[in-house]
Amino acid sequence: MSDDYKGYRGATLEALRRFEARVWSEVRVETEAGAFEGLILPRSETADADHLVLKLISGYNVGVHHARILNIEVRGRKVADYKIPEKEFPKDAGKPRVKLFGTGGTIASRLDYRTGAVIPAFSPGELYGSVPELADVCNLETEKLYGVFSENMGPAEWQGTARAIAQAIKEGVDGVVIGHGTDTMHHTAAVLSFMLQDSPVPIVMVGSQRSSDRPSSDAALNLINAVRVAGHSDIAEIMVCMFGPTSDRYDLLHRGTRVRKMHSSYRSTFRTIGDIPLGRVDADGVQAFRQDYKRRRSDREVKLNTAFDDRVSIVYYYPNMKPDIIDSLIEQGYKGIVIAGTGLGHVNKPLYPALARARAAGVAVYMTVQTLWGYVQMYVYETGRELMDLGVVPCANMLPEVAYVKLGWALGQSQDLEEVKRIMLTPIASEITPREPHDGYLVFQGGVPEVNRFISHHWK
Amino acid sequence: MHTHDPLKENRTPRYGELNRADYAALGLMVGLEVHQQLKTTRKLFCRCPAGHRFNSHDAEILRHMRPTLSEMGEYDGTALMEFKTRKEIIYRIRRETVCTYEMDDAPPFEIDDDALDVALQISALLGLRLVDELHIARKQYLDGSIPAGFQRTGILGIDGAIPFKEGRVGVRQLSIEEDSCREVSDEGHTRIYRADRLGTPLIEVVTEPDMRTPQDGAAVAQLIRDLVRATGRVRTHAGGARQDVNVSVRGGVRNEIKGVDSYKLMPELIHNEALRQANLLHVRSLLQARGAIAPTAPGVEVTAQLRQTPCDFLREAIHGGAAVHAVALPGFEGLLSHPIQPGVTFLKEIADRVRVIACLDHRPNLICSEDSGPNISSGEWGRVRRALGAKRAEPILLVWGPERDCRTATQEVLNRAAEALIGVPSETRQAFADGTTGFERILPGPERMYPDTDLPPITITPARIARLKAGLPEPPWARRERLLSVGVGLDLAERLIRHAAYDLFWALYDERGEAISAQGLASLLLDRRCDNPAEISALSWWRAQLDALQAGRIIPEALWMKGEVSPEALDEAAARDLFEALLGSAPAPLNLEAEEAALMGALMNSPLRGRARGRLIRQWLRQALEAR
Repeated sequence: MSDDYKGYRGATLEALRRFEARVWSEVRVETEAGAFEGLILPRSETADADHLVLKLISGYNVGVHHARILNIEVRGRKVADYKIPEKEFPKDAGKPRVKLFGTGGTIASRLDYRTGAVIPAFSPGELYGSVPELADVCNLETEKLYGVFSENMGPAEWQGTARAIAQAIKEGVDGVVIGHGTDTMHHTAAVLSFMLQDSPVPIVMVGSQRSSDRPSSDAALNLINAVRVAGHSDIAEIMVCMFGPTSDRYDLLHRGTRVRKMHSSYRSTFRTIGDIPLGRVDADGVQAFRQDYKRRRSDREVKLNTAFDDRVSIVYYYPNMKPDIIDSLIEQGYKGIVIAGTGLGHVNKPLYPALARARAAGVAVYMTVQTLWGYVQMYVYETGRELMDLGVVPCANMLPEVAYVKLGWALGQSQDLEEVKRIMLTPIASEITPREPHDGYLVFQGGVPEVNRFISHHWK
Repeated sequence: MHTHDPLKENRTPRYGELNRADYAALGLMVGLEVHQQLKTTRKLFCRCPAGHRFNSHDAEILRHMRPTLSEMGEYDGTALMEFKTRKEIIYRIRRETVCTYEMDDAPPFEIDDDALDVALQISALLGLRLVDELHIARKQYLDGSIPAGFQRTGILGIDGAIPFKEGRVGVRQLSIEEDSCREVSDEGHTRIYRADRLGTPLIEVVTEPDMRTPQDGAAVAQLIRDLVRATGRVRTHAGGARQDVNVSVRGGVRNEIKGVDSYKLMPELIHNEALRQANLLHVRSLLQARGAIAPTAPGVEVTAQLRQTPCDFLREAIHGGAAVHAVALPGFEGLLSHPIQPGVTFLKEIADRVRVIACLDHRPNLICSEDSGPNISSGEWGRVRRALGAKRAEPILLVWGPERDCRTATQEVLNRAAEALIGVPSETRQAFADGTTGFERILPGPERMYPDTDLPPITITPARIARLKAGLPEPPWARRERLLSVGVGLDLAERLIRHAAYDLFWALYDERGEAISAQGLASLLLDRRCDNPAEISALSWWRAQLDALQAGRIIPEALWMKGEVSPEALDEAAARDLFEALLGSAPAPLNLEAEEAALMGALMNSPLRGRARGRLIRQWLRQALEAR
């Protein structure tokens, strides 16, 4: 379809054609009730076929039904030029060199008239135009790798991202930032933790929970802080840098294998599970909460290993699950299954025969917990011991999504299930930790007087 | 060409001193933006309860706002101004009235259908051309009054009109939107809001600038209030309706006086804003006459030059760590003290900008070299002048406070001075209780609109419109016409159209027809002291009273009193006996005039009350007093 009538179809399209009124035409639309004057906007493809969208002089948009249109008089044309003012990013020899990779997400975004939703936009000039504070922190280079919503990230994009980061490290950058949609940021953070080991520089993933086209967006603060960590901190790990509290205060730095998105909309959605975060970052700099992190080095060595077998699935167990779920995965040729079991790591008895068939078919089956916090412990109850007899391997306190990407990566290294097991159970980047500290699980409950007292005395 | 200059003799006449012709000579135009909360159980885009108000909170959230691009790819001037202020914005919230939608900009829920119905009804009453599809927009507010940084709003109709006096007032548009937060305080770089009101369904009615006098502006505001109240589905408590008043004069530009909630003060605010614009244009003409150009020399720090100053507050500020910056305004000699509004000079235009944008809100926040008040020595002014490289007569302004704010302040001084050469800047003005206005922010434009990508367009079906139009209430002008047509006088009609007894009037009048005077009935209903709606809607009670009245068992005054049972009328002889007895007990008169009023008051609070006509008693009283 021609851009002249972008998004319009059916009778409304016919009406526009009849009066030769195209998108971005300034028009006077006569209806039986009187006239509407404005600019014809493109129509979202998911909206109905019956209405014409006009932007009035007041800036408001309204829809007019095609059946009411008596005449359209075209008076002029004004094409929207939605463009963040681009400015060349200034160079400062005294500042660190940071590379920002774009994969998509709303860290920088613009309006998409095709869908009516927000799509990502990305260039160094645009970023400098909208977040000039970045120039106070570093010399920034940018490279767009992908332009996808994070649910569309997969093994090919993970591998491509890992290779691009390794290349940037070889080229001598002081830190790497990856702009990423937040929905699967923790999957990518985890898989990069395996594909890129022993980095000499910080690798920081960042996104935003509110698109940057909103004045209250968290995008700018997240980005400034991520770049600050990449350029200046000595934490040479793969991290997620996102809002700590809901307020515009600081970002938390989470290890790539211990972090999870925990709320569908909150800004402070990312939490470190079963441990404390690496630290936090704000305008005053980076404050580490712990000392057991890998330090920045001056060499350019990073272990890049992107092998990945995508024949892996997560099965989220629910009561009354039928064995055919497992059987269908075996039949479809899956090589690995990560179960998110109940409690300490359990599934029901009817699944046992299917699990036996999985073992016979050479499918690697691993157990994690859907409680997210805590360890798999399969000795406590009979069920657990029976499952281990069926070849199900407990994954300690590895998060289900982390076990999923690690199993794909491990199967990429070897098809020998013993070797896969050795890889799976050998911690690489704290995906398994030896102990869970007392403050690794703090989900405060609102309503408890002392909790409410605490909340009322600190910005949320 | 208009030769009549109503400000020739006095640049700042008080409200009441100008007439319609004077305002016409100034070219006054007034328009309104009426904001009215709708009475719904929930908020517009979330399921929080509406209409609850708390003065305590159980949590706080901090935000900073950043300007973003409009749909057309432009930045809004107001947004950039607010960004310059670097405000920390604190929201005070309570679990009962605020959810993640208001506090954290979580995605919206479906629009409240009740609110949409009421808004559509009001749109129909205003004669607006309705849209077929409602598109929700985000209107940017970087002042922080909405935590998201934008208000969800959408147009329901355009181009309507309402009858006013002999003509009509155009109604440009009606939008349905969510209400903002209540401001608690705004000091320095911290602004605090309470979020209970946030998200309450609201309509905004925008009129054309069709009013030509301050009085007409207030009258139309009240007309619109009566109109929306006719639906019975709007909030009528204090703050339930707020007006923004748009004012311009010939050669000036639209300025918006924000949040006027008093109809009484509105005409004076309009009057003073009209004066302000006329006087700013006068200042411009004086600047042009002397060939002045916009001053551009940047401000400089002069803290060292003033460290030992005899000016107490300045010296104390410096010792407390404040920096002092100076800026020169060549070309403005003598103009900073030019009157702008009653008791307000041009210097305040500048001081307001410094207060709002640079957040220097101590008072005073400026010292002017032309003002002999502050105790700065001539030697000090000389040193400051040398630091600036300024000539002898050039006015110099001093600002003090945090260094960064001082830099913002001197730049704003220059900005405002440059605007003086253009004329009247487009501003949002704050309404003060003394009737004057002060700078609040730069007036936002259409650049702040952005389509809401979180909500699909909402179709307004013809069936819905038909259903709502079938149940439309009678608008105030139709009520008035109907009352006048049966013989109610204009004054009583004006009162009755907005009174809860309006429907009762027609119920009683229609029953009795010619047997009762419409004027008399209206008077009875309006004069009843107890306007408890439950009682006045009791048709049977009123029937009984009217029967008693027509039969002479009670007098009209009996109905003015509270209480279910009306006192029986006394015959004239009984009333006279009671009168004589009461008067005999009163002390001897001292002053005839005062005594008559006092005695009459006492008599009307006696057992005579409601039982004998006041007219008769006054007549007897006068006779008695004269006889003494």
